[in-house]
Amino acid sequence: MGILEVSNVNKRFGGLQALGNVNLDIAAGTVHAIIGPNGAGKSTLLNVLVGKLIPDTGTVLFNGVSVLGRKPYEINQLGISRVFQTPEIFSDLTVFENMLIPCFAKRDGSFRLHALESIAAEKDLIEKAEHMLTEVNMADKRHMLASSLSRGDKRRLEMAMCLVQEPKLLLLDEPTAGMARADTNNTIDLLNQIHDSREITMVIIEHDMHVVFSLAKRITVLAQGSPLVEDTPDNIKGHPKVKEAYLGEAAA
Amino acid sequence: MLGLSKKDTTFLLIVIFLTLATPILLQPFPEGSALAQFNAGYPDLMQRFAIYGIFAIGFNILFGLTGYLSFGHAAFLGVGSYSVVWMYKLLSYNVLPGLILAVLMSALFALFIGFISLRRSGIYFSILTLAFAQMSFNLAYSVLTPLTNGETGLQVYTNDPQVLMSAGSPTSPHFFGIVMNESAKIDVGGWQFTFSNGYYFCAIIAIIVFYLSLRIFRSPFGIMLRAIKTNQTRMSYTGLNSRPYTLAAFVISGMYAGLAGGLLASMDPLAGAERMQWTASGEVVLMTILGGAGTLMGPVLGAGFIKYFENIFSKINDNILYAWFSALPEGLADALVFMLHPFIGKGWNLTLGLLFMLVVIFLPGGLMEGGSRIWGLITGKNRKSKKAGKDPEHHPKPSAHVN
Amino acid sequence: MARGFVGAGFTMDAIILQVLNGLDKGSAYAMIALGLTLIFGTLGVVNFAHGALFMLGAFCAVTLQRILSLSYTVEDPTQTDFLGNPLKVDTPYIVSWFGDATGNAILNWSVPLAILFAIPVMLLIGYVMERGLIKHFYKRPHADQILVTFGLAIVIQEIVKYFYGANPIPTPAPDMFRGSVDFGVMIGFAQNEIIYPYWRLVYFLFSAVIIGSVFAFLRFTTFGMVVRAGMADRETVGLLGINIDKRFTIMFGIAAAVAGLAGVMYAPINSPNYHMGMDFLVLSFVVVVVGGMGSLPGAVLAGFLLGILESFASMNEVKSVIPGIDQIIIYLVAIIILLTRPRGLMGRKGVMEE
Repeated sequence: MGILEVSNVNKRFGGLQALGNVNLDIAAGTVHAIIGPNGAGKSTLLNVLVGKLIPDTGTVLFNGVSVLGRKPYEINQLGISRVFQTPEIFSDLTVFENMLIPCFAKRDGSFRLHALESIAAEKDLIEKAEHMLTEVNMADKRHMLASSLSRGDKRRLEMAMCLVQEPKLLLLDEPTAGMARADTNNTIDLLNQIHDSREITMVIIEHDMHVVFSLAKRITVLAQGSPLVEDTPDNIKGHPKVKEAYLGEAAA
Repeated sequence: MLGLSKKDTTFLLIVIFLTLATPILLQPFPEGSALAQFNAGYPDLMQRFAIYGIFAIGFNILFGLTGYLSFGHAAFLGVGSYSVVWMYKLLSYNVLPGLILAVLMSALFALFIGFISLRRSGIYFSILTLAFAQMSFNLAYSVLTPLTNGETGLQVYTNDPQVLMSAGSPTSPHFFGIVMNESAKIDVGGWQFTFSNGYYFCAIIAIIVFYLSLRIFRSPFGIMLRAIKTNQTRMSYTGLNSRPYTLAAFVISGMYAGLAGGLLASMDPLAGAERMQWTASGEVVLMTILGGAGTLMGPVLGAGFIKYFENIFSKINDNILYAWFSALPEGLADALVFMLHPFIGKGWNLTLGLLFMLVVIFLPGGLMEGGSRIWGLITGKNRKSKKAGKDPEHHPKPSAHVN
Repeated sequence: MARGFVGAGFTMDAIILQVLNGLDKGSAYAMIALGLTLIFGTLGVVNFAHGALFMLGAFCAVTLQRILSLSYTVEDPTQTDFLGNPLKVDTPYIVSWFGDATGNAILNWSVPLAILFAIPVMLLIGYVMERGLIKHFYKRPHADQILVTFGLAIVIQEIVKYFYGANPIPTPAPDMFRGSVDFGVMIGFAQNEIIYPYWRLVYFLFSAVIIGSVFAFLRFTTFGMVVRAGMADRETVGLLGINIDKRFTIMFGIAAAVAGLAGVMYAPINSPNYHMGMDFLVLSFVVVVVGGMGSLPGAVLAGFLLGILESFASMNEVKSVIPGIDQIIIYLVAIIILLTRPRGLMGRKGVMEE
């Protein structure tokens, strides 16, 4: 039994079948990529996983607990973190303050009225945040406003904010979209390094095949809302069905 | 000290010193001199500085930190005033029970209004709060007359119970015998300083609540509120529920407003519905923006600025202007007086409106940003990379917390 | 007829009377809310100075009346005052130029005439406001827009107060509209059951014409079509190479003119004072929100609906059941609508949702 089980999920938008009978079983500790051509339903599937969309039928179990109908903050508290296509960070806060917030959320839960407590007294959390910043090579930028970071650094910061919460599952929505080659490669290295050091489960939605094949241990190909094939990267490469899905009938 | 960093402690000590020395500092011109009209060291005005300062500090906790623009905070001001006058009527002129009730009642009101209004954000939130405040205002004038005494305003009558009044009790607001409207006048050379009980009572409370707001700004809760202003999506995907955070901020700022309203009635034992009108809500928005939303000192400066100029500008008339320009040729003096006339005396609101527009257009960070820009020019440092309204003095870098 | 079948107090004629009573305020709400929505929908700006435009319209009527009544004084030797001196008679220039009949008629009709005066004035004010101030706030946060237009509203209000004083200025309607119409007789009731002032009826018809022309203008002209497209999707229309900004400026002028005209004709109903705009603004915002931010039909519908509801709530029969309901009904409805239908009655998805 995997850490995340998606069974018989269907979702329609009007006349469009966005997801049709999706079944996924994601093993703990793996890096699982979900790929597919535009409009294959990747984003819809991701939105179902984080509780933003409720499917018409089917279940999504995380460690045996249903995530459907839960608010994003509840899902995060279960141990699922999400990295967005465009980095979502607290731009008006400093890098260090950005790092502190997930630390508090992890320790104190979704709300705590710590209005008269001092941040300086939280030595453990400060150390944790600093440690994480060092790990992603951003310790020297801790006083910068997050809005003044480069795009690559914003992505790093967002990942660091997710990782400092030690999630059991990390969802990544096109983590290298719009990045230059060098930044993309840095991100790949960072993700590999994270995975090696923590054995964290990752689900990646990605366009870029270079990224997918550098990271994924297992790949699901989605086409027209349904899983087409699920296999290891080596077997997916050159798989006729995959070619067909991507290039249409001409290539088949 | 007191759970603050060194820098913040120094800052707080300076604020305490300035507040306590206000009766001297605001009286820079000798009595009888031509400039004595600019003195602000008389109790009535200084009390308003402190009270509206409290109002603005509280408003800033909501607007400055979370970015939720409430247009209904005057409702809490009114609730506070009514609470205090009711305690005068039922118990005695001691202000303490009233102030406690004021804070509690406004907290309850804020909890109710906030719980509903905070289900929406942006302009919808502003309009919901405005609707609630207007409702309170209209009700205070009509059906709630038994509680508010309608247009006349709530005041103490001789046949009120005042069960705690004994023969020797003061017959005006007091704090355990310290009568608010008593003061000591001290003449030093040509200067006259007035040390009033009322002002010092307000000032000490203002210092306490300023210290609390400093703590809130520096607390994890404070960071959460700023995070809500920046990015609510990331907030919820980080496992944080922003609703109770904003509600807590709303209630806290409502309590500040209730306290301020209670203090108004502690200085002058009256409460009227006009205190709840939306123009009064607009005024506190103005003070906060003018001073600099999101900064610690800004709202206090804004409140002081507006109340000072309201007082001074409304007193200036054409004769005073002629006296100033007496050195100039007559024609020129006439022209200047003619040009300035609309802006003085009763025209103060016009000046205020213009000032407000100019600040929003050119200086969105308020006076605090203006000050730091000028400081930047003087010291030659390039502050352009700094975000608006983030005066480093009042937003110490996190290193300050770690040290 | 029909008396008593709805229940004590709620007779048919009472209901019709309350609907009629709600129409004039409702018309004003609808016209102001229409302008607010146009500005919001086209420019994305929340305009807190819109009430001030309504007030300026009312003062256009006041101004024209004053201009027309400019007089010179002559001594009339045939009459004497109580001291026995020759009586001084003020004669408006208008009367001496056009003769008694025409001159007095012009004076008498100064409010309707003010429509002609107000249109260019309000268009100009709208143009100056948009080019001079609002334009610079398109990209700023809504809070900044609210604040700067709030400041502007104070300034406009104070300028008007400076020139016209703080007291309400009576601005009568033409004589022929001063009485009341027995509306009940027209629709088959007994006499004196439903009495309704003529001018309020005029005001309602006027607002129907104005609202109708705005809709027709948006519906049937190329200009209107581009503006509607721009309201739906500003960027796309911009990409088509259509100079949408210029059209939006004109739209702001039109919204200002609609508010102004609403104010001109409202002057006889409620003597203009400098803060009347603020009073109407708060309610009009509530109307816009109830109707649905960005929805023109919603704004009009909600305007009339809330006007009529307010009038029903001020019936004694209602007030005796729920005291004070007339004071808060509009806000109460707004709160309920906002909580149950966040987008308002006819709001579109994605407008002003953060």
